[in-house]
Amino acid sequence: MSTWTARLDNPLSARLRDAAITGYLGIFLGAFAAFLAIPPIEARTITWPILVGIVAMLLGVWTIARGRRRLGWGAFAAGLLGIGLGVLATYSSTDNLNQAFDATLVAQTLGATTPLIFGAMAGIFSERSGVVNIGLEGMMLMGAFWGVYGADKGNTWVVGLALGAAVGGLLALVYAFFAIHLRADQIVGGTAVNFLAVGITGYFFVQLYHNAPVPNGVPLLPNVSIPGLSNTHFLGAAIGDLNILTWAGFALVILTYVVLFKTPIGLRIRSCGEHPRAADTVGINVYAIRYACVVLSGILVAIGGVYLSEGPTGNGTFIFNMSNGLGFIALAAMIFGNWRPAGAFGAALLFGFSNALALRLQIYSTQAGTLFRALPYVLTLVAVAGVIGRTVAPAADGKPYVRQ
Amino acid sequence: MSDPERSSAPEQPAEPGTLAARWNVKQRAGGIAVPIATVLLAFFMGGVVVAATQHSVHKALLAYRDIFNGAGLNWIFHPTTNLLDISAYNLSQTLLQTSTLILTGLAVAFAFRCGMFNIGGQGQYFMGIIVANWIGVSLVGMSSLPHILLALALGTVAGAVWAGIAGVLKATVGAHEVISTIMLNWIAYWFGSWLFGDGGPLQNSTQPTIPISDQVSPGARLPDFWGAQGFQGVHVGVFIALAALVVFWALVNRTTLGYEVRAVGFNPDAAAYGGINVKKNLIRAMAISGAFAGLAGAIDMLGGTTNYQFGQLDIPVSQVGFIGIAVALLGRNTALGTLLGALLFGGLLFGTTHGLNSGAVIQPELAGNLTYIIEGLVILFVGADVLVLWVWNTPRRLFRKRAKPATSTAELPA
Repeated sequence: MSTWTARLDNPLSARLRDAAITGYLGIFLGAFAAFLAIPPIEARTITWPILVGIVAMLLGVWTIARGRRRLGWGAFAAGLLGIGLGVLATYSSTDNLNQAFDATLVAQTLGATTPLIFGAMAGIFSERSGVVNIGLEGMMLMGAFWGVYGADKGNTWVVGLALGAAVGGLLALVYAFFAIHLRADQIVGGTAVNFLAVGITGYFFVQLYHNAPVPNGVPLLPNVSIPGLSNTHFLGAAIGDLNILTWAGFALVILTYVVLFKTPIGLRIRSCGEHPRAADTVGINVYAIRYACVVLSGILVAIGGVYLSEGPTGNGTFIFNMSNGLGFIALAAMIFGNWRPAGAFGAALLFGFSNALALRLQIYSTQAGTLFRALPYVLTLVAVAGVIGRTVAPAADGKPYVRQ
Repeated sequence: MSDPERSSAPEQPAEPGTLAARWNVKQRAGGIAVPIATVLLAFFMGGVVVAATQHSVHKALLAYRDIFNGAGLNWIFHPTTNLLDISAYNLSQTLLQTSTLILTGLAVAFAFRCGMFNIGGQGQYFMGIIVANWIGVSLVGMSSLPHILLALALGTVAGAVWAGIAGVLKATVGAHEVISTIMLNWIAYWFGSWLFGDGGPLQNSTQPTIPISDQVSPGARLPDFWGAQGFQGVHVGVFIALAALVVFWALVNRTTLGYEVRAVGFNPDAAAYGGINVKKNLIRAMAISGAFAGLAGAIDMLGGTTNYQFGQLDIPVSQVGFIGIAVALLGRNTALGTLLGALLFGGLLFGTTHGLNSGAVIQPELAGNLTYIIEGLVILFVGADVLVLWVWNTPRRLFRKRAKPATSTAELPA
C-alpha cells in the first residue's frame, strides 16, 4: 500500500481508482443517503436515498474486490444503513423527523460517546502493554459510585472526579497485582473485578445512602461553552455547549495516539505487549510498564464512570449496576478499532451514535429502539469474525510474563 | 539472574518430571486445599467488610449466622418435610438455586476442559429461557409430557446454538471466545428485552403495558415433588441437574468425545498431531457447554423459578450465568466440585436475599451485595492459586529448610 505522500504524487485519475478513496467515498455517500431524507434537505421520496445508497454499496463492493475488505464492508454497511434510515425517515411524519434528527442529536451522540472514549483508551493502554482488561466494566462502575460520593461529600465535582479516578486506579492496582505478579488468568481476574465492583458499589450505596437516591444538589461536572459558537444556528446546539469531560475525551484520543506511537514511552509500552522477552532484554522493566498501564487504565475508565453519574445524563445520582454493559461496549470499541486510538475513537462514535439514536427511535417505536441497542455488539461480533478484515490483538496480550 | 527470594517460592514452575513439578500439578489440579482456603479467605474478607462498616465483629458473625439460616441450613438441626416450616422452605429454595447453578457451572466447566473460557453462560441461559417460554406459551394443545420435553429440548438446543456461534467463530477464523461470548451475552440481553418489552412479539397478551411474557401453560410446567400449596415447590429440575452432573462426568471421563475434548484442552497442537480434529472439537465443546446453560434456563422457566414468566425487568437481575464461572472455577471443572460449588453459591445466593429474615443483623439489600463481594473474591483467589498456595504453605516454609531451587523459569502456558 502506498504511503500518503506517494499517493499525493499520483495523477488524479490514478488516485480516484485507489481502493481507499472509493471506500471512503462509499461511506460518505451512505451517510449522505440518510441525510437526504432528513431536515434540512428532506427529499420526501424514497428514490433518492435508495439510489445514493446503492451507489455507496457498489463502491463498497468495488473496494472489497480491490482488497480493502474492511473499508469496503464499511461502505457497504453505510449504504445499507443509509437506505434503511432514509426510507424510515421518509415514511414518518415531518414532526417526528424534526424531533429525531436535529442538532442536539449530535450533542447527545458526543455525550454518549464520552464514557466509551475513556473506556476504549483505557483498554488500549492496558492491552497494548500486554494485559487484557475485561474488568473495565467494573472499574467504570466504581468511578460512577465514588464519583457521586466524592462530589456529594466534598461539595465540588473536582473531589468527585479525583475520588472516582483514585478508586478506579486502586481496583486496577489490585487487579494488576493478581494479573502481573501472581500470573493469574487475566480473564478470570477481570471477571472477579466486575463482580467485586458490583458488590462493593452496591454495598456502600446501601450502607451510605440507605438505598435511597443520592440527595439532590450534588455538584455536577460543568459544561464548557465555546464563546461565539453557542449562538450559531446548527453548531451552537451541536457542539457549542459540551461537558468538560467530552472535551477531555477528544484530547485524550490525541494524547493516547501521541504517547503510544510518537514517544519512547509508547514504544516501550508496545514492546511489552508484543514481545516482553525482547523488551526485558534491552532493559525495559516489563512489570513496571504493565503496572503503570493497568493502573492508568483503571483511572481513565473510572473517569468515564464518573461521567456516567456526574455528567449531564446522570444528574448526580447513582443507580445499582449503572454501567450496565457500557464498559463492555468500550472494550468492543477498542477491538473494533483494532487496538488503535483513532480506530477506537471512530468505533466509540459509531456506538455512541447508535445508542443516542436508539433513545430517539423510541419516538417511532420502543421496539426498534430496544433492538437498536444490540447493534454495537453485533457489529463487534462481525468484526472479530473477520468479515471486515482481521482484528489483530497485541501479540503478548493476556500472556503473563515471568522475569528471568 | 534469578534472585534467591523468588526462586524459593512455590509459584516458580519447576522442571517437568521432577518431584516438585508433580507435587505442584497435584496441588493445582486435584487438591482441595486451595478451594477450601479460597472460600475461607473470601468469607473472612467479606466478614471484615461487614465488621468494618457495622463497627462490630460480633455483628459480622451474627450476619453469617443469619445467612446460614437464610439458606435453610439450620434445617439439619430439626429436619421436617413440612414446607411451611421456614427452614425447610429456605432449604428447598436453596436446592432450586443450586440446580440452576450446577447447570451454569457445568457449562463453564465443560468449555474449560477444552481450554476455552465460556463467559457467555448468561446469554445462553437467556436463550434457553426465551425459547422455553415461547414453546411453553404457544403450543397449548399439546399433552403435558411431550410439551415439557419439547420445551426442555429446544431450550437446550437454543443454548447450544448460541454458544456454538462462538465455537464456530473460534474454529474458523480464530475469534477469541471470550470476546464473542461477551458480545453474544449482550445481544441475547437486548434481544430478550425486545421480545418481552412493550409491543414485543412475546410480550404479555393481556397486559400490554407490562414488559413481561405470558405465563407458561400449566401443561408445560415441571411437576413438583416437594411443595406446598401457594409456594414455589421443589420441582423435578433438581433431578435433571443431578443427572446432568452424571452425564458431564461420563462424557468427560468415559467417552471418546470427552477424551478428544480434554486432549484439545491440554494441548491443541499435540492433539492435532495425534489425529484429533481440533476445530470440530472446539465447536462441539462450545455447543455442549451452551447446552448446559440453555437447559438451566429452560428448567428455571418451566419450573416456575421465574414465576413461569420472564420480562424485561427480570433480565438485568439474573446473574446465574456469571455465578456459574465462580462455581466451575471453585469446583476445579469436575462434576463433584461443581456440585459442591453450586451448593455453596446456591445457599449464599438465597441466604443473602429472599431467605434472609427481615429482622436480620444486616438488611437483605446489604447482604445481597455481600454475595457479590464474596463471589468476586472467590473468583479472584481461585484464579491466583499461586497466592493461596503460598499463604497455605507459609507455616511449613517457615519451619523447613529452603526447598531445592526451581530450575526452569520459562513462561507459564497461558
